[in-house]
Amino acid sequence: MAKANMQKTKTPMTELEPAYRATCFEEVAGGYTLEEAVNEARRCIHCKNHPCVGGCPVGVPIPSFLKELGEGNVAAAYAIVKNANSLPAICGRVCPQESQCEGVCTRGRNGEPVAIGRLERFVADWALANPEEAAAAQEAFAAESARTAEEADDFDYTGKRVAIVGSGPAGLTCAGELAKRGVQVRVFEALHEVGGVLVYGIPEFRLPKALVKQEVSAIEGMGVEFEVNAVVGKLYDVEELMGEMGYDAVFVGTGAGLPSYLGIEGEALNGVCVANELLTRVNLMKAFKFPEYATPVYAGKKCVVVGGGNVAMDAARTAKRLGADVTIVYRRGREEMPARAEEIHHAEEEGIHFQMLTNPVRILGDEQGWVTGVECVRMELGEPDASGRRRPMAVEGSNFTMDIDMFVIAAGSRTNPLIAQTTPGLDSTKRNTIVTDEETGATSVPGVFAGGDVSTGAATVILAMGAGKRAAAGILDYLRG
Amino acid sequence: MYPILEVEALNAEVTRMVIEAPAIARKIKPGQFIMLRIDEKGERIPLTMNACDPDAGTVTIIFQAVGASTMQLAEMKAGESLLDVVGPLGRPTELEGVKRACVIGGGLGTAIAYPQAKWLHDHGCQVDVIVGFRNKDLIILEDDFRACADDLTVMTDDGSNGNKGVVTVPLQEKLEAGERYDVVLAIGPVIMMKFVALATKPYGIKTFVSMNPLMVDGTGMCGGCRVKVGDEYMHACVDGPDFDGHQVDFDDAMRRGVMYRSFEQRSREIAEGRDCGEAIEAAAQKEGE
Repeated sequence: MAKANMQKTKTPMTELEPAYRATCFEEVAGGYTLEEAVNEARRCIHCKNHPCVGGCPVGVPIPSFLKELGEGNVAAAYAIVKNANSLPAICGRVCPQESQCEGVCTRGRNGEPVAIGRLERFVADWALANPEEAAAAQEAFAAESARTAEEADDFDYTGKRVAIVGSGPAGLTCAGELAKRGVQVRVFEALHEVGGVLVYGIPEFRLPKALVKQEVSAIEGMGVEFEVNAVVGKLYDVEELMGEMGYDAVFVGTGAGLPSYLGIEGEALNGVCVANELLTRVNLMKAFKFPEYATPVYAGKKCVVVGGGNVAMDAARTAKRLGADVTIVYRRGREEMPARAEEIHHAEEEGIHFQMLTNPVRILGDEQGWVTGVECVRMELGEPDASGRRRPMAVEGSNFTMDIDMFVIAAGSRTNPLIAQTTPGLDSTKRNTIVTDEETGATSVPGVFAGGDVSTGAATVILAMGAGKRAAAGILDYLRG
Repeated sequence: MYPILEVEALNAEVTRMVIEAPAIARKIKPGQFIMLRIDEKGERIPLTMNACDPDAGTVTIIFQAVGASTMQLAEMKAGESLLDVVGPLGRPTELEGVKRACVIGGGLGTAIAYPQAKWLHDHGCQVDVIVGFRNKDLIILEDDFRACADDLTVMTDDGSNGNKGVVTVPLQEKLEAGERYDVVLAIGPVIMMKFVALATKPYGIKTFVSMNPLMVDGTGMCGGCRVKVGDEYMHACVDGPDFDGHQVDFDDAMRRGVMYRSFEQRSREIAEGRDCGEAIEAAAQKEGE
C-alpha cells in the first residue's frame, strides 16, 4: 500500500472567485485533479475501526475506495463507491460530510479529516467522463463480489414489479437497489423532471442539473422506467398500483415539499415568496435564463431571506445571483444556524449580509400591494428548549424597519398529506408523516413501504438515500414471501 | 408526449384544443385542471378542463391567447404534441346532491362553467346558466349551454347581442324574484366573481368561485397560488381552485394577479416579434401597475 500522506489539512479544492460567481449560476467548487485526489486519498491511515463507514448513512466502504484511489486505480475506486451508493456525484457535493463520514474520521482528531466527499465526487465525475471504463469496472466488481458473497441472495426476482412514488433521492436509491436484483421497477414522478429536490431545490451552482440527469440515466440504464407528470393520489392511487396495475409492492418517497409560512402580516404581498417558489422557478424552470426560457422570476434590489437552514442559504445565494443585495435574517445566533458551515461561508464570501438574533414581525407594503419593508424585532436567547437549542425571545421595544423590495421565506417545509389521505389504512402522524418501521421502511399497509422526508420530515439527501436503501432490502424480503 | 388531436378557433381570441391523455381523461372531474408545458423551454401553465372523453382518452381545453405561452399554444396544429400534460389537479367542484343551481361564467370562464352545468344537468339538477362576454363576437359555447340549461341568459358588456349588462344584473333579478338556489357557481374574472359573491351574500346562498392565481408547480409545493380565504392563506392548486365566495379576499387576489405583469408584457413582445431589446433587469422592475 502507498505510504500515508500525513499532511494535517485537506488538499485544497479550486473554487470560482466569489465576485465572479455571485453573478452567474456556474458551479462554485471546481473538483480535484487526479494528482490532488491521489494525494488526498493517501491521507487515509486505514485505521482499524474505520468509523467513517458507520458515519455514512448508505455505508460506503470508504477505506477500500480510498486505498484504490491512493494507488491511482480510479476505476476500481469508483466501482466500490457506486456499488454502495447510486448517486455518488450528488452525495460528494451535497452531503453534510462534517456531521457524517468526515465528522468521525480519525484524522480529524489531529488536523482536518480526509476529504471523503471531495474524493467521492472525484471518482463519480471521472466515471461520468469515462463511462465505458466505469461500466467495465462495475461489471468486474459485481462478478468479484458475486464470487465472494457468502450469503448471496439467490432468489429470482424476475417478474416481480415494484412501483416507486417520487423520484427524489429516496426513490432513486430504492429503485437502483431493486433493479440491481432484477426487480422490474417503475418510478412515478409528479413534476416533469426526475430528481425531486435535486432538480427543483438545490441550485445549479451547487449541483449542476446536467449531472443529475446523467446519474438518473445511469439508473435508467439498469432497466428502471420513469413516468413523469404522474401525481400519485390524483392520476393513480396506491390501491390502484397494488391492484389493477399489478405491482407487488410500492415505495412511497414523496418527500416534504410543502412550504411553511411565518404567519405574520403581509406574507401575500407582491415581491414576497417562499424559498420553494424562488428555487423552483430558477432551478427547475430555468427562470434565470428568461426570456430564453418562458418562466419569469421576480428579483428585487434589496432582499431579505428569513431562515437559517441550507434552503435559506440557497435562496439567498440565488437572489444574489439575480442581482439583489441580500440579507439573511435569523432569529437565533450564528452557532444555532442549521445550515452547513461551508454554505454559510460561501454565502458570506459572496457578499450576503447576516442579521442574527432578529425576527420579522410584519411585512410592509404600498397601496399597489408590493412589499416595501419589513419590521423586525431583536431577539435574545433564553433557556434551551425541547430541541436542545436556546429559545429565542423578543426584546421588547427593539422593533426596527428595513427597506426592501423582495422577501423570501425559508422557514422549513412540511409533508404533503396526499398519499396518506388517499391510501386507506395508511398510518400517519399529526404532522402527516407516514409511520414506518425504521429498519425495513414497512408501513401499516402490507406491501407499502416508505422512507425519506415523507417519514422523517425535512432532513438531508443522504438520510433519504439511506432510508431508500433500507426499504429496498425490506421490499426484497417482502417479495421473497 | 401528448398528441394534439383537434384545434379549433372559437373566435379571434379563444381556441379549443383536444389532447390525447388517456390516464387523465379517466380521472378528471368538473372543476379540476391540468398543467401543460409546450416544449423544453416552456413554462407550466394551468388550464381547466372543458370536457373529457374517457373512452376516447381525450381531454379538451379552451384557452384565450393572452400571453406568450397561450399565443404559442394557439399556433399549434393537430398532429403536433405537447411535451408535458399533468393532472388531474385541484379538487373537483362539490356538485353531489345539488338540486337547484345557478352557474355563472364570464368570458373564458364559461368554458370551465360548462362541464359543471352539464354534470349537474346530467344528474337531475335544475340549472340556470348566466354567461357574459365583452361583445357578441366573443360568445362561445352557446349551443352547448342551451342543451343543458333550464334557463340560459347571455349578456354582453356592449349590448351587441341585444342583452346589455354584466352577469350580476340577471342574477340579481332572479334572486329578487325569489329564486333560491342550493348553490351558485361563478367562474370568470376575479372582479366578476367578487360581485357575484356580493350579490348572493345577503341571501345566504352557498357560492363557489373558481380562483385562477399564478401557478408554478400546481401540486402544493411552492405557494405561488396562495389565496386568502377567511383569515388564512390556502393554495388554490390543492385546496381549490373552488373556494367559498363569501370568504375569499378578492382585492388581495387582484393585487397578486399583477405581480408578473411586466414579465408577461416582455414575453408577449418577443412572441409578437417586437422585442424592444430591454434588459431583463428593466423588465423585472415593477412598473406603476
